[in-house]
Amino acid sequence: MSVPYFDAASAEPLHPRARDALLAALDDGWADPARLHREGRRARLLLDRARESVAAELGARPDELSFTTSGTQAVHLAVLGAVQARQSAARGPGHVVTSAVEHSSVLNAADWLARRSGTEVTTTGVDRLGRADVGAFAEALRQDRTLLACLQTANHEVATIQPVADVIEACARRGVPLLVDAAASVGWLPVPAGWSLLAASARKWGGPAGVGILAVSKGVRWREPLPADDRENHRVPGFPNVPAVLAAAEALSAARGERGVSSGALRAHTDRIRAAVPELVPDSVVHGDPDQRLPHIVTFSCLYVDGEALVTELDRAGFSVSSGSACVSDTRQPSHVLAAMGVLTHGNVRVSLLGDATSQSVEEFLDVLPPIVARVRETVRATSAT
Amino acid sequence: MTTPQRAGAGALSPAPVLTLDALGKKCPIPIIMLADRIRDVQVGQHIAVLADDPAAKTDLPAWCALKSQEFVRTDELPVRMDGVGAPHRAWSFLVRRSY
Repeated sequence: MSVPYFDAASAEPLHPRARDALLAALDDGWADPARLHREGRRARLLLDRARESVAAELGARPDELSFTTSGTQAVHLAVLGAVQARQSAARGPGHVVTSAVEHSSVLNAADWLARRSGTEVTTTGVDRLGRADVGAFAEALRQDRTLLACLQTANHEVATIQPVADVIEACARRGVPLLVDAAASVGWLPVPAGWSLLAASARKWGGPAGVGILAVSKGVRWREPLPADDRENHRVPGFPNVPAVLAAAEALSAARGERGVSSGALRAHTDRIRAAVPELVPDSVVHGDPDQRLPHIVTFSCLYVDGEALVTELDRAGFSVSSGSACVSDTRQPSHVLAAMGVLTHGNVRVSLLGDATSQSVEEFLDVLPPIVARVRETVRATSAT
Repeated sequence: MTTPQRAGAGALSPAPVLTLDALGKKCPIPIIMLADRIRDVQVGQHIAVLADDPAAKTDLPAWCALKSQEFVRTDELPVRMDGVGAPHRAWSFLVRRSY
């Protein structure tokens, strides 16, 4: 019996084909790919093949693409390298534009620049569905001052697909490079053409943790923000994890084949949850764009319950979900995505399905959810009355 | 650091006829208090909720939108320092009962 693991957007098990590739590469790809001997050449060949295969999937040239040690590192290198390459005495510390619902790695990198070098950061708003406001984003771009703009392809918490093509056009008109963070959508949607820099994470497509993707388009200025060596096109210092990279490439090629097939069924499952939760659970609200969205993620909030209790009770009932509620985070801050959307942050549940999720597990979830919410509501009420 | 700007709920205009103190309470408690007590004021009258859970900043307006009550305004309360010298922020949320 399969476990109803509903937190695929946080992490998913290594794809079986990636697991096989990883085990084989531990034997074949252990040597230093920078060396000229037989073992080194073999590792180099495997690494180059993986690079070609991933680049082709993402619409990049192999020499534009570097493997990093995580998606977060890819974003950090992309943001810092692009901004620092364009900072100058004339421009000063410059200006960066992001949407308010970017992944924390983007917001943290922008904030780091603001604190370290005085870079001005404009965070533009989203609508109630979490969709970036193209007009506000375009208006924030300043031809001679904005050094970088950042936009995700789709949101990792509420699944809403962003108007990337429109923002690419706006950035091109003003000559501002755009970092496209494709981490949430790679494997589900084709990467939109026209990015200046691209970031992604293998873990999100069924690959191993510890492999991220940084692509810098030909002609886009970028300067290494860390002490460089000759690895990964001088972009990512340190010995590359060749076996993990091979597994990542294998997982991506598997995902492309399988996700095309599974996305119809997953969309039906998340449609079902979107429709059923407001009917079954009084005072609940479903978030994100109902149409323009990733197929496997659905997020909702239930009034008058705390997210931590909800996650714990669902776990006890056998369902693994995540939550953007403040009580679930280390910092006790609610999800910045839900806050930017202006929607309820407490009692929040994110369901993100693996490719083989069944309608039976979805129906079982919908069976256990209403009594759990009712029970937590009673408990919270009893505590608050004191 | 934020400087105190207002003298607290007393300076609110229009004046709330009822002020709920949810300071120190985590969401969803401030929302539950508001939901329980909003019918204690007349339609058109104002009710204030004092809270220091950051989630309340999003959740009070979101609750009003869901329940078709009118969210009027958020006011920052005077900052006081907690034990480790960090600013302890709190807000007053003003809601008008609309039905």
